[in-house]
Amino acid sequence: MIAASPATPANYNRADAALIDTLRGVVGADNVLTEAIDVAPYAFDGTAMLKQRPACVVFPTERSQVPAIVKAVTSAGVPLVTRGSGTGLSGGSVPLDGAVTLVMTQLDKVIEVDTANLTIRVEPGVITMKVDQEAAKHGLFYPPDPGSQKISTIGGNVAENSGGLRGLKYGVTRDYVMGLRVVLADGEEVWLGNQCVKDVAGYNLRDLFIGSEGTLGVVTEVLLKLLPRPQARRTMVATFATLESAAQAVSDIIARKIVPCTVEFLDQTTIRCVDDYANLGLPLDAAALLLLESDGHPAVVEEESAAMHQALIDNNATNVETAQTVEDAERLLTARRAAFSALARVSPTTILEDVTVPRSELAAVVKFIAGCAERHNVRIGVFGHMGDGNLHPTFLVDERNADEMHRFEAALEEIVDETLRRGGTITGEHGVGLAKKPFLRRQLGDGSFELLRKVKQALDPQWLLNPGKVFD
Amino acid sequence: MDYSVVQQCMHCGLCLPTCPTFVETGRERSSPRGRIALMRSIADGELPLSREFAEEMDYCVGCLACQTACPAGVQYVSLLEKGRAASENAGLLDTPMRRVYRWLGLRLLMTRPWLLRLVARGVAVQQIPWIRRTLYMIGAMRLAPKTLRDLEPSAPPIDAPFSDARIKTVETPPAEWWSGKPRARVAVLTGCVQDISFARVNRATVDVLLAAGCEVVTPRSQPCCGSLHAHNGDLDQAKEQARRTLDMFDWQGLRAGPLAFDSVDAVISNAGGCGSHLRHYADLLADDPNYATRAKAWDAKVRDVQEFVWQVVGGGQQAVGSEATPQSRLERVLTREPSALAAGGATKRVTYDASCHLCHGQKVVSQPIELLKRVPSYQFVPLAESDWCCGAAGVYTITQPEQAGKLLERKLGHVKAANPDVLATANPGCMHQLNLACRDDASLANVRVAHPMELLAEACRASDAS
Ligand SMILES: Cc1cc2nc3c(=O)[nH]c(=O)nc-3n(C[C@H](O)[C@H](O)[C@H](O)COP(=O)(O)OP(=O)(O)OC[C@H]3O[C@@H](n4cnc5c(N)ncnc54)[C@H](O)[C@@H]3O)c2cc1C
Ligand code: SF4
Ligand code: SF4
Repeated sequence: MIAASPATPANYNRADAALIDTLRGVVGADNVLTEAIDVAPYAFDGTAMLKQRPACVVFPTERSQVPAIVKAVTSAGVPLVTRGSGTGLSGGSVPLDGAVTLVMTQLDKVIEVDTANLTIRVEPGVITMKVDQEAAKHGLFYPPDPGSQKISTIGGNVAENSGGLRGLKYGVTRDYVMGLRVVLADGEEVWLGNQCVKDVAGYNLRDLFIGSEGTLGVVTEVLLKLLPRPQARRTMVATFATLESAAQAVSDIIARKIVPCTVEFLDQTTIRCVDDYANLGLPLDAAALLLLESDGHPAVVEEESAAMHQALIDNNATNVETAQTVEDAERLLTARRAAFSALARVSPTTILEDVTVPRSELAAVVKFIAGCAERHNVRIGVFGHMGDGNLHPTFLVDERNADEMHRFEAALEEIVDETLRRGGTITGEHGVGLAKKPFLRRQLGDGSFELLRKVKQALDPQWLLNPGKVFD
Repeated sequence: MDYSVVQQCMHCGLCLPTCPTFVETGRERSSPRGRIALMRSIADGELPLSREFAEEMDYCVGCLACQTACPAGVQYVSLLEKGRAASENAGLLDTPMRRVYRWLGLRLLMTRPWLLRLVARGVAVQQIPWIRRTLYMIGAMRLAPKTLRDLEPSAPPIDAPFSDARIKTVETPPAEWWSGKPRARVAVLTGCVQDISFARVNRATVDVLLAAGCEVVTPRSQPCCGSLHAHNGDLDQAKEQARRTLDMFDWQGLRAGPLAFDSVDAVISNAGGCGSHLRHYADLLADDPNYATRAKAWDAKVRDVQEFVWQVVGGGQQAVGSEATPQSRLERVLTREPSALAAGGATKRVTYDASCHLCHGQKVVSQPIELLKRVPSYQFVPLAESDWCCGAAGVYTITQPEQAGKLLERKLGHVKAANPDVLATANPGCMHQLNLACRDDASLANVRVAHPMELLAEACRASDAS
């Protein structure tokens, strides 16, 4: 599945000198890269083992340039791959041979913060964390905080419908997108959505573009909903002697009708790698660790964290510790955000999966993954957004070891099957891209899989927007 | 290129926002992730080792901020050094002039401590204000090659006498401050640039270590540690300098001799950039059978002076072994609690600019600040973006003046906001860069740039006087 780099199918054209000249005309020569040394670093995103150089990389510096770029590229019959910061974990912005990569990072203006309607309007290249920092200046809050928030773009978040550490209580990117400006395959620009809390005029096309992975259009402006900033927060860490007791503790917290904003889970392998990176003094012999956070009104936080504490103790937590300072809490969260990269210390190749199951199935799936690792003799570190049922089994392998790669594939098959059998999904937040493509039909079934293709056909009849991603 | 290190990078991008050159250009090739990808492509034979690659490696500030940001533990410094060495060996940036200057600098001057000192003495004479004025007046300066003339106004001021004249081979804490066996025996590295331009910092370092109850040994006529060579793509000479540095010590001989390596508890560096390099001799000399073992033992003992002093005396109350050992002079001088923001009696504001290789290379982050917060009669004020490069970065001001200038400007903005009386930093390159900047900027003209050890040493002296 993963080894083959995406190549241009015969019916696509490669970007040629004429197209490149046109693009230079639109954005200026400095903002079009074609030399091997310049484009080679755009051959990959955060996904392991996928690599393909584009023919050319274009950086629009004004929103108004995007329609002309899209039109020029698609009318030349050349594939267009939109890219934010290239932190994606399913190969979404990995180019095709001969393709044009459209990098949005220079469209990074915050256009407006509307404190009357509690919204923020931004360009797609704005860094996720910047959105929340801008909001904070007005006492407001933008909750979605993917692990990559210091560098991922809001456009990438919308295209992947990214989640974060606060998903349990606050939801994911989709829950905050009120409006989108999108440039379609033919270069037409449309505005979808508005500032109204309620809106049922026509089909909800805005939602169609959220999570569309750059295959339906290019997002050039995003209107986001903001919330009042929570006044207080409290972060705690609990350790457990078994995976099951950690999973049970999470179920129990939710059964007690507590919805913490964060419930993150790390297994032993991950605990060790994270500690190695961040020097937190985590208990290296614990089988599982939960990172929990409660936020909101100070009195509520007080009450909620006491109840959480009790639930953790009742479920045999070996230790529960509350962060004493804001800095401590931030350090813990940062380390958790870096869990995936930290696992890369262990092995040359780090392959991250994103299976998600209904919460009630969590304990069973965590256990299944551990068994699977043993049966196939592969190392798997597991961490994830326990509160959302979103797990990240991370394979620690070496791509040069063919035998190990076979064992990895066999183990992955089993995990995917088990996930689907329990009513789960192959990807909770990273998207299908190239990496999860082989499993999509299996999850959706023929009917809804074909429906996806019909939508794509209607919006991008030449199949030039990020072709080969999600499905062929 | 070191493939195992290259492969460690999983292109997550978490290093991008910390990289000054990426933030400047917004292009991946100028980012850590991009540079590593280029190296990997070269190693895989997908890209040629080209002049453009060499230029990109030259453009890298070498600040190692990416190493701090990287959760995957990528040792970027080793990639940088090997990438630059590959470029140099292939002669990709060669021009006749550049070759002459590199030879003069890296191979002639920085390998011969006596020559460096001799030249420094000459420069010291030239720098005497009335002589310098006269030289300019009579047009003698025009005799120097243009490159040198351009550099002359920003040459580091020479601080004679040099370390050997200021520091004895063995110094023990005076009896009135410390009785009995010294707390530790430490060796002090005096450096090359540090030695000629900041010999006073070396003296202060020894004073502080003595005040902390340590016996201090200082080898004579020390060679350059080779960090300059390693960072500038001359790995062969870097190895030679490392061997010479190790050779200053007696590795087999008498345990009793002051320079017997076994009898030394720690080797102390007070220059962030050198220390960062000095701690990695084992990597550098791994394939040298005669030195590999020594290099390992060496790495285990190298400490930055701030790190070491904080470890032994703490804030005066939490010293290592403080129950058994009496309080040292330094412990009595430092205040117990960190100075509060508006500390009563504090007359001067001190802020701290982290040297990149101290904080990112050596991961010595909090110790200098903890110490500065306890120097009596100073109020510590934080400096925003203290861990962002000031642009000095070894010879970066010479090789990449434009980018260096931008970094400096950014830094000065924060310094002005902190409005300190004293700006402390622990690396000669940074001290020099900031000194020049303060000299040239009217609103900073009264800011004194100092090494934390100078402030500590002064505090000790002041307490004697009172
Ligand atoms: C260390 C690490 C931690 C992560 N943690 C999380 C996490 O907690 N939760 C999570 O959900 N994800 C996480 N991710 C994955 C990744 O960061 C997200 O998918 C993110 O949204 C990608 O943003 P980007 O700007 O890097 O987009 P890219 O990777 O460049 O692109 C992603 C996709 O979006 C498309 N795209 C980008 N911009 C636009 C646009 N303007 N218009 C249309 N399409 C566009 C691209 O074509 C591609 O298909 C993590 C990644 C890393 C490396
Ligand atoms: S943070 Fe580390 S692993 Fe991630 S891209 Fe940068 S160097 Fe590579
Ligand atoms: S050393 Fe500094 S300039 Fe060079 S890649 Fe790393 S962060 Fe960027």
